[in-house]
Amino acid sequence: MKILISNQSELPIYAQVREQLKEQILNGEIPEGTVLPSIRKLAKEIGVSVITTTRAYNELEAEGFIASMQGKGSVVLSKENQMLREQCLIRIENGLSVAVETAKRIGLERGELLELLDMAWNGDGE
Amino acid sequence: MEQLLEVKGLCKNYKKFQLKEVTFDLPAGYIAGFVGRNGAGKTTTLNAIAALLRTDGGEVRLCGKTYKEDPVLYKDRIGYIGDESYFPAEMTAKEIRHILKVHYDTFKVEEFDALMKRWRLPMNQKVREFSRGMRVKLMFAQALCRRTRLLILDEATNGLDPIVRNEILNVLQGYIEDGTKSILFSTHVLSDLEQIADYIYFIDQGELVLNEAKDELLEKYLLIKGDMSDLGDEMQKKLVGLEKGEYGFEAIIEADDMAGFGSSFVYDKPNIDKIIWHFALERDGGKAHQFEGVL
Repeated sequence: MKILISNQSELPIYAQVREQLKEQILNGEIPEGTVLPSIRKLAKEIGVSVITTTRAYNELEAEGFIASMQGKGSVVLSKENQMLREQCLIRIENGLSVAVETAKRIGLERGELLELLDMAWNGDGE
Repeated sequence: MEQLLEVKGLCKNYKKFQLKEVTFDLPAGYIAGFVGRNGAGKTTTLNAIAALLRTDGGEVRLCGKTYKEDPVLYKDRIGYIGDESYFPAEMTAKEIRHILKVHYDTFKVEEFDALMKRWRLPMNQKVREFSRGMRVKLMFAQALCRRTRLLILDEATNGLDPIVRNEILNVLQGYIEDGTKSILFSTHVLSDLEQIADYIYFIDQGELVLNEAKDELLEKYLLIKGDMSDLGDEMQKKLVGLEKGEYGFEAIIEADDMAGFGSSFVYDKPNIDKIIWHFALERDGGKAHQFEGVL
């Protein structure tokens, strides 16, 4: 797990923490069942306020990425978790709509875009 | 949430200055920063909380108890670090250690020695010969090796080099980590404490003007810049701390009001310094910065 805070970022610090944890949960770097560091420990480690890390964790919990277990801390939930799946779908939709918009802007045909999708799917980014 | 510190209607009357019913709560496990100009009442408030001066009204409760209810326990629970060393200059750290041991029930010699060693402070040298950074660390050592619940820092990080300052920030965050202790500090250097503070209290002319969670403060306001001629009357009313310059104005607005201003202005995320500055300007009716004709 890694969290890198930038003071130049457009995102407020709590959102940076949230997004970076989310990213690592989604790509599996932080596997399901992992117990995250406590809110207070994380605040100390990355040098931000307790309120900031509290908010990041609360939002991750509301979105179904983690659950706070009494006495255990915050645990990463499984990907099958309904909310999490929904989150993934939203991310896919957002990503696709950016792709479609960009394609339209440069006059790309639907078929050409699908070809690009296939290439990305098969891991052939060239 | 459990309140560690409850300050209610705190008043202090001096000939030329009054502290006017300062009221706030600080929950256990958080860091709060006092900001304001010189002479705004920061030190008076902190000293009143530390029971270092007699007040003219109001009440301070630490862990639910006032100073009068149990003076010894109250003092035991507070660690005070000022901007200047309060140790006798002709004493060595070893002699000071002895006095502290006699005066504070919860003073732990081993912990004091460990901190002295960690910070490479000499035991047998007179405080007079200590550098500023060493004196500040000595004050921290006396506070951290007791079972305190509240650290009060009055300009304690002023004039420290960045390395010592960072070390101290880390110590402070470690202090509140278990969630049962809190820190109240005053400072002029907002940048280094801006990151770790949970709450910001802005005090001006003896009044507590602003009392808000730092993150909310940063989100609530936007810095706006632009040309005076683009400002309508309705817009002007929404500005906080309008600062007119020769080449444009700068002010603070609530982020929610941004839509009413439109694209002829430049918007920026403010830091705490900027927010406080514009709030101070607003209180002065925009005059704090008008030096024209003075020079």
